[in-house]
Amino acid sequence: MAYQNLFTQVQLRGELEPGVPLGPHNDARIGPFGTSWLMGKLGGAQLGPVYLGSLGVASLIAGFIAIEIIGLNMAASVNWSPIQFVRQFFWLALEPPPAKYGFTANVPLNDGGWWIAAGFFLTASILLWWARTYVRAKELGMGTHVAWAFGSAIWLYLVLGFIRPLMMGSWAEAVPFGIFPHLDWTAAFSIRYGNLFYNPFHALSIVFLYGSTLLFAMHGATILAVGRYGGEREIEQITDRGTASERAALFWRWTMGWNATMESIHRWAWWFAVLTTLTGGIGILLTGTVVDNWYLWAVQHGFALEYPATGVIDPSTLPGAPQ
Amino acid sequence: MNALNKLVAIALPALLLAGCELGMKEQEQVGPRGTALVLISDPDSKAKVGEVPAPPYELTADMLTGQKSREAYQNVQVLGDVSVDEFNYLMQAMTNWVAPDGSAIKDAGCNYCHNPENMASDEKYTKVVARKMLLMTRKVNAEWVPHFAGQQNAGVTCWTCHRGQPVPAYNWSTAVPDPATIAGNKRGGNTPSKTVAYSSLAYDPFTDYLAGKESIRVGGKAFPTAASNASIQSTEKTYGLMMHISQGLGVNCSYCHNSNNFAKWEDSRPQRVTAWYGIRMVRDINNNYISALGDVWPANGKGTYGNRRGPHGDPLKVNCATCHQGVNKPLGGYKMLKDYPALKGSYDTAPAPAPVVAEAPAAAPADATAETATQKPAA
Repeated sequence: MAYQNLFTQVQLRGELEPGVPLGPHNDARIGPFGTSWLMGKLGGAQLGPVYLGSLGVASLIAGFIAIEIIGLNMAASVNWSPIQFVRQFFWLALEPPPAKYGFTANVPLNDGGWWIAAGFFLTASILLWWARTYVRAKELGMGTHVAWAFGSAIWLYLVLGFIRPLMMGSWAEAVPFGIFPHLDWTAAFSIRYGNLFYNPFHALSIVFLYGSTLLFAMHGATILAVGRYGGEREIEQITDRGTASERAALFWRWTMGWNATMESIHRWAWWFAVLTTLTGGIGILLTGTVVDNWYLWAVQHGFALEYPATGVIDPSTLPGAPQ
Repeated sequence: MNALNKLVAIALPALLLAGCELGMKEQEQVGPRGTALVLISDPDSKAKVGEVPAPPYELTADMLTGQKSREAYQNVQVLGDVSVDEFNYLMQAMTNWVAPDGSAIKDAGCNYCHNPENMASDEKYTKVVARKMLLMTRKVNAEWVPHFAGQQNAGVTCWTCHRGQPVPAYNWSTAVPDPATIAGNKRGGNTPSKTVAYSSLAYDPFTDYLAGKESIRVGGKAFPTAASNASIQSTEKTYGLMMHISQGLGVNCSYCHNSNNFAKWEDSRPQRVTAWYGIRMVRDINNNYISALGDVWPANGKGTYGNRRGPHGDPLKVNCATCHQGVNKPLGGYKMLKDYPALKGSYDTAPAPAPVVAEAPAAAPADATAETATQKPAA
């Protein structure tokens, strides 16, 4: 038999494992459903049991309503043609209300009201799902790190779709639903506010985003590399000589002079991931509310280099300029 | 199974790369290094520079003098100040440019505009349009000189847009407005549209910017001011117009702009000034010449020579692509006007063009690079 590790583990077949017994005030779990060879190649072979509970059911219903509102609006925009819906799917959008409505709830459904409704249900769905990750973690006696990391992503989402539009006084500042439309929004947003690359919080967010991928690659590679010594059993080896754990630590101490520990590497990863959306959200929130043109702001604060002027003059400032 | 795998292995990368332009690109640095001021073009997909037809015959100096056309012919309202010889020469050229003899166009030749029984008659609407277009051409050549960088004999002729067709190939008309309901309502965009380079941006940036005089500018000061009110949606419309200009001229954003701050004029290239005048010129053409013809344009389905209006009922108008046709200098910058002095209008008496570039323009890119290098803080 080939050597077994993370990716070549034996797929057990037998009685399905229902998991630990649940305490009081819990709903019943659904499943387990069986085993899957394919899923076993990627992770655990057993599917379920799933804990749905009232929070999960409410979240799924709200999410379903949001997706329906978005999808049906997109379908309506192509006159309900299934063929055009598929052909143009990447271009289709559910747009926020135009600027003339400001930030009011009194928007006709067919002029952006559906966008507000979809946003409301999507937000409800996400917040319910957040509560679910919190409650389930507590129930298992875990810390709530997953919930707070998710919360950081929700912060950015809320800034983009609600908090910043509120502060700008216009729903029109919010992101449309749609594949290309939200990408075009991103490009237009950066151009409108003088290039987001000069937004220091955007810069921080990028540092943490790319840093996250770097840390993930380093950590994943390290554990896979010591898989032959059972490296995935990190904690139980932590104090012993010659273990996968010690080799992994030595590798980094030898190559970069210092090593994270089996515990701290996960804090590094968690904070990098959490700070990506945390700083990103701050950067978005300051855009347009506090800073209108990030490039000019950055030049003013010595954060960006001002290049020699090309000598071009704005023609509209010349006397007798045409309109 | 194996055959299927192979098929997928071949088809999938092919599909993923379908939108790519493979092959080497040409690039030209046009600003300090590190600023992405590089013009990149794909030689395989570059628009071809249009051919310039030879003049009908040589226009000699003595043909420019002699009897004026308004004395020889009746109802000559625009070109009355040129000699009979030059007038006939220009009529011949215009025929070649717009409805050439021997082409498949209905009534090709003189009869496209004229009643052969009575050349002076205005009974054909095409003649009324042609007269207005002559006025337009003279106005453009005489007064929109800043768009041609003030160069002698640079300007437009009928050929610049028409290229042997009665209706220039590149034109636009106002998009049919969206319905009030959500059915069939694309919010003026969200459609793979060629006008905006197949993005989901607003597909009719022309009505508000190239006929209307809505402000195209969206960038602000460092800090918000009372004037900082351009919405994201109007930014997207501006973006759509810029995509049209980019496509229409076959250039990148950096042909005019420094991408570190698109709005800032002091860091832009002089080409942006040319474009600024071009936009105003197009507004002048669309409003004061094409739309000003009003009901001279036949209703769709009523015209002798086909439709001249868009689906919304407004006449077909011009944008950047109408002249440029994918090339940054139409017809490669060929100065056609030298052969057609009658089209220059009152060029010689026109006021000098406003200065568009300050006294001391930046040094050539290579020098600018060296200059910048010394100013950079130690990294």
